[in-house]
Amino acid sequence: MEQFEVTLAGFGGQGIMTAGQLLAYSGMKAGKKVVWLPSYGPEMRGGTAYCTVVISDQNIGSPVINNPYCICVFNRPSFDKFEPRVKPNGILIVNSSLINVSSQRKDITQLLIPANDIALKAGNVKTANIIILGALIGASKVLDLKIVKEIVKEKMSKKKELLDLNLKVLKQGYDLAIEELSQKEKV
Amino acid sequence: MLFGAASTGKRVFTTSSSPGISLMQEAISYMAGAQLPVVIVNIMRGGPGLGGILPAQSDYFQSTKGGGHGDYRLLVLAPSSIQEAVDLMMLSFHLADKYRNPVMMIGDGMIGQMMEPVEFPDKYEEPELPPKTWAATGAKGRPAHIIKSLFLDPIALDKNSWILHEKYERMKKEEIRFELYNHSPKNEIMLIAYGTMARICQTAIDALKQEGISIGLFRPITLFPFPEKQIYKEATKENIRELLVVEMSTAQMFEDVERAVYGKKKVNFFGRTGGIVPPPEEVMEHVKMLLNKKSKDKKKA
Repeated sequence: MEQFEVTLAGFGGQGIMTAGQLLAYSGMKAGKKVVWLPSYGPEMRGGTAYCTVVISDQNIGSPVINNPYCICVFNRPSFDKFEPRVKPNGILIVNSSLINVSSQRKDITQLLIPANDIALKAGNVKTANIIILGALIGASKVLDLKIVKEIVKEKMSKKKELLDLNLKVLKQGYDLAIEELSQKEKV
Repeated sequence: MLFGAASTGKRVFTTSSSPGISLMQEAISYMAGAQLPVVIVNIMRGGPGLGGILPAQSDYFQSTKGGGHGDYRLLVLAPSSIQEAVDLMMLSFHLADKYRNPVMMIGDGMIGQMMEPVEFPDKYEEPELPPKTWAATGAKGRPAHIIKSLFLDPIALDKNSWILHEKYERMKKEEIRFELYNHSPKNEIMLIAYGTMARICQTAIDALKQEGISIGLFRPITLFPFPEKQIYKEATKENIRELLVVEMSTAQMFEDVERAVYGKKKVNFFGRTGGIVPPPEEVMEHVKMLLNKKSKDKKKA
């Protein structure tokens, strides 16, 4: 596997760091090398909190990645900041519930996932991050969904209701990404 | 507090980020003078003064040259991954006891905030150390142990200074640690970087390799004792034409590297400060600039 890099970005409180950590733990469980690097400090007050996760078979050098292969943006300021940074031929996942624009770039794959709407419908808006995480796995196939499910079980709330909900929306995000991708291929 | 606790012979440790470490300098000098084993971690932020709160490597001088007063040194370790931080942490307590000297581990906000998988050994087998016969453990039935850095008699102070000096010389013989990355007789340029910056250089080296450019990295793990002889040996190899020191500071370790190569090779510098962590692309650009400059020089000749 070549090195996989993803940046997740949004408001503080949208579960950006948690989603990134779940991905990092999943990579670790899959036996890969992983790095999770948060943004912090003054940057957070500028409207975007973000973290970067690197997953690789080889030792990971720089934890600082200017142009990651995949970027998930949860709000408009993050879209503006990160959309130009997606590596050519990479993936941009947009939380289209909160972002009413889309990328005009022709050299990347863009997925519009209405994560907040899906989360609200499912019963808890806080699960939007898990939907995006599912979409990220579905779009990139960086890890097996099974492993991510196991990690969600290990690390997230042990309350059965919440856990079931998280697992359900994870799968929903995953399926939605695959569906969107196959539609794009048809076009 | 460290002074008092270390005096009892227990292992002690504290951590802070740059300005907090500045406040400790007086006590660090006292502990070095009184030969107390302590471990201190400095996760460096940008300075001087209040500076900023983002990653930096600008406390190199403070750590390696002594931020406090007097003839003393700290043993300074600089991990570049979380696993190495774990490994060096165990080692640092041992080294502090071995030399009866403060040990400082320095990292930056990246090392401080990053998460990486780490493995802890099932069992830590530590080489045996002499008993702490100097510790203040209660003087009942024996003469009191006095732990102090005050020697008003010049002869006694001179003696203490040379005892410390001998320890630092012993560290230079026994404790130097470093790592080489991608060393090859094809390399014309050698990078020198430590901590987070060294990892970023590794990525730059891998990317340059894909473009057909081979360069190496020398990564000091101990900053004091500084691997000067080892750098000299690598730098003076025939194939190496220039060095490039990369730091998140305005050329601090650079001075030690220049000293180490003794003017035999040109030492260049690239750095960012203020919390800006240069990405691999910027390191690559600087390497290419050096290579281009050289090919122009060649044409002129």
